[in-house]
Amino acid sequence: MEAGAILEMRGICKYFPGVRALEKVDFTLREGEIHALMGENGAGKSTLIKVLTGVYPKDAGYVTLSGVPVHIKSPQDAQNIGIATVYQEITLCPNLTVAENMYIGRTRGPFTNWRKINADADHLLDELGIPARAKDQLGNCSIAVQQMVAIARAVDMDCKVLILDEPTSSLDEQEVQKLFKLMRDLKSKGVGIIFVTHFLEQVYEVCDRITVLRDGMLVGEYIIEDLPRVQLVSKMLGKDFDDMAEIKSDSDAEKVDYNGTPVYQAINLTGTTGIKPFNFEIHKGEVNGFTGLLGSGRSESVRAIFGADRVAGGKVMINGKPVTIRKPLDAMKHGISYLPEDRKRDGIVGDLSVRDNIILALQVMKGFFKPFSRAQAEKFADEYIELLNIKTASQDTPIKSLSGGNQQKVILARWLLANPQYLILDEPTRGIDVGTKVEIQKLVLKLASEGKSVTFISSEIDEMIRTCSRLVVLRDGKVVGELKGDDLNQNKIMATIAGGESNDIQ
Amino acid sequence: MTSSKISARGFFGKLVRNQLFIPLVALLILVAINLFADPTFFKISLEPSSTGNLILSGNLISIIDNASELAILAIGMTLVTSASGGQDISVGATIAIAGSMILRFVKMVSPDISGGKFAAIIILSFLACVIVSALFGAFNGALVAFFKIQPMVATLILFTAGRSIAAWINNNDNISINDTRFGYFGNFIPGIPVPTPVFITAICLIVIALVLKFTNLRLYAQSVGINASSSRLNGINPKLIKLLTFIILGICVAVCGFIKVSRTSSITYSVIANNIEMDAILAVALGGNNLGGGKFNLTASVIGAYVIQFLTTTLFKFKVSSSEISAYKAVVVIILIFISAPVIRNWIADVRNKNLASRKSKIGKEAN
Repeated sequence: MEAGAILEMRGICKYFPGVRALEKVDFTLREGEIHALMGENGAGKSTLIKVLTGVYPKDAGYVTLSGVPVHIKSPQDAQNIGIATVYQEITLCPNLTVAENMYIGRTRGPFTNWRKINADADHLLDELGIPARAKDQLGNCSIAVQQMVAIARAVDMDCKVLILDEPTSSLDEQEVQKLFKLMRDLKSKGVGIIFVTHFLEQVYEVCDRITVLRDGMLVGEYIIEDLPRVQLVSKMLGKDFDDMAEIKSDSDAEKVDYNGTPVYQAINLTGTTGIKPFNFEIHKGEVNGFTGLLGSGRSESVRAIFGADRVAGGKVMINGKPVTIRKPLDAMKHGISYLPEDRKRDGIVGDLSVRDNIILALQVMKGFFKPFSRAQAEKFADEYIELLNIKTASQDTPIKSLSGGNQQKVILARWLLANPQYLILDEPTRGIDVGTKVEIQKLVLKLASEGKSVTFISSEIDEMIRTCSRLVVLRDGKVVGELKGDDLNQNKIMATIAGGESNDIQ
Repeated sequence: MTSSKISARGFFGKLVRNQLFIPLVALLILVAINLFADPTFFKISLEPSSTGNLILSGNLISIIDNASELAILAIGMTLVTSASGGQDISVGATIAIAGSMILRFVKMVSPDISGGKFAAIIILSFLACVIVSALFGAFNGALVAFFKIQPMVATLILFTAGRSIAAWINNNDNISINDTRFGYFGNFIPGIPVPTPVFITAICLIVIALVLKFTNLRLYAQSVGINASSSRLNGINPKLIKLLTFIILGICVAVCGFIKVSRTSSITYSVIANNIEMDAILAVALGGNNLGGGKFNLTASVIGAYVIQFLTTTLFKFKVSSSEISAYKAVVVIILIFISAPVIRNWIADVRNKNLASRKSKIGKEAN
């Protein structure tokens, strides 16, 4: 046994019919470390987690906890021996109080001393610095706090190993920081944390070690300082990673004619979702971006452009002609497409087939009384499944059974099929694997070179710098700057987002 | 992984998961039971009726005849279920309203009038009733779509008040129409041996099939039922679609009300179409449709409606008294709902696959 190791997994194999999900994977977690588990979708991260938490039985290999071999047969087993998991989706009950959530299922006998439990809960919340009280209703807390309550529940169960499966994907920057602080506190108390995430920046911010998986095999375990970001990505992808750097070279921002009539122009566009009136224009063949912290109003701004929320005022011109956009259909008819930020909530129609999901927008534009023939719909679907390389068993597969990246491609296909002149992509790369991210960024630039205008929004500033030729920066619902050319660099953008004395940051 | 799983399911798995599987199997079982118990159950004969017409009679004919209202309601109920994710429990009460309306309209004009005029009166009364029923549907729909009230709660209003409204329309009189021609629509037209409701149902089914073929009702209703937020961002107006499905159900209700009152040429406000809402919802569920909304299969719902009627008639045939019949029906329904649950169907398919797989591996070993 390695010194300081709490958890050792050796030679773990897991097979599904026809698929090798894990092949002789080793994983070691040491006391008081935050260990990132990285890999593309399908690399075996979730399978490994599920083997560890007893969801799947393993086909070979062994697990030891503090040097003692353990057989984990169910998630309950895992919990009992001190392996706790907090999932991406909150699995607590929003209609119960914080304390009830922390102790539910752990009280003994028919009588419960709630006063004591509330006091214990408050004590623990204080200790962990979680801004919530025992008697608060969980549903009223922010997502981050709910996430932390889930962690507090795990910690109170004396966990030695805490697994965080994509905990940050629905948190904004400040909330992420709070979560990280909690993680660091737990680490100093000797808890070993396994952190699964898609966000590279977060890995480098908080983790000590990285284990990379690819195609169900172990690529390696690295100390964070030894593995620069580009190397990490290339290890995950299994190829030398100059793809990303090359992305922009074939695009040419100079070609955009900034003096011509804008494809879309808004003057004093006023939304009803807490953003200040703003002016905005985009030209033919241009890729621009909206950036700012989550909650700064970047999504709200593009939603106002698309008419997704009620628009209170302002003038909108398409190719110089004044138009009225009150609802999404108006925008669609004027050649605007919008890929929403929250794919699951606003993008996919889960139970419908991939085909129906692809034709949906174009079909609605065509009209209620003019359905496409089945043959036509199949042709469209085939065309875009091939064009975007969507991995699906068939056109008839419900979209919800596809992986996140492929779902996103289907939504992209939907809006490309609508053949817009102006395409708004709000976080198209969120929660999908690196390979698909690159594909989507390349596609954006290809579309621009074909003369389409694109607004591209991403939480990852790297991506924005690589794809956009102009960035609109927002803070607290207000446009605070516009950057282009040489100003498009990480420091300048950060400074503008943060505001105040830019020199502080540089 | 997914692809291998799907292929492993094979033909049997596909069959078991097909939405038509459960209602058709239920129908087959009912047929088999009756064949076994008494093959004369299926006897159809051409006999003179009390009015001297030659008409078809037999259990099958009465099943197809009596299931008409339920089949028509199942159409509207399926659409409402799909788009709104809930059910309309007021249909029985609104059928009473629709029936009462028609009687009132027909009665208003003096009876015993010549042929051509009579047809015009019937058509006009029916159209007026369709409009009123559609408005009642729109009322339910508006509560659901615009005020976001749960469908069952929203339709509870008319469920409670409907039969009183029906009675008010005719001042609580026991209205009956003496003109025998009024009874044609719920019974037989002289010279035609098949009950008229069968034709009316066929027309309704053809109309809805055409609507589904030549409009996007299916796609829109399903999208709204699955994910209203996505649908809105794709340019669909979810509120309008929900309202539309309730209006369509309202029109179905008008047709049912017309058939119902025509059967007896009179109305009993508290009894007409009693509990039919539960049978209509049951038909949708039997058809394997998700009562939480989303994807739907109309054919399956309609077959479900006929299964329910088949079951009722079979039970009568076995001399179950009408007061006991509900209990028997409930047992059968529990079994049907149980086996139509996706969990069970997947389980059946998986068990079957495992058997297949183990058999295959045995064969493989023997070959080695």
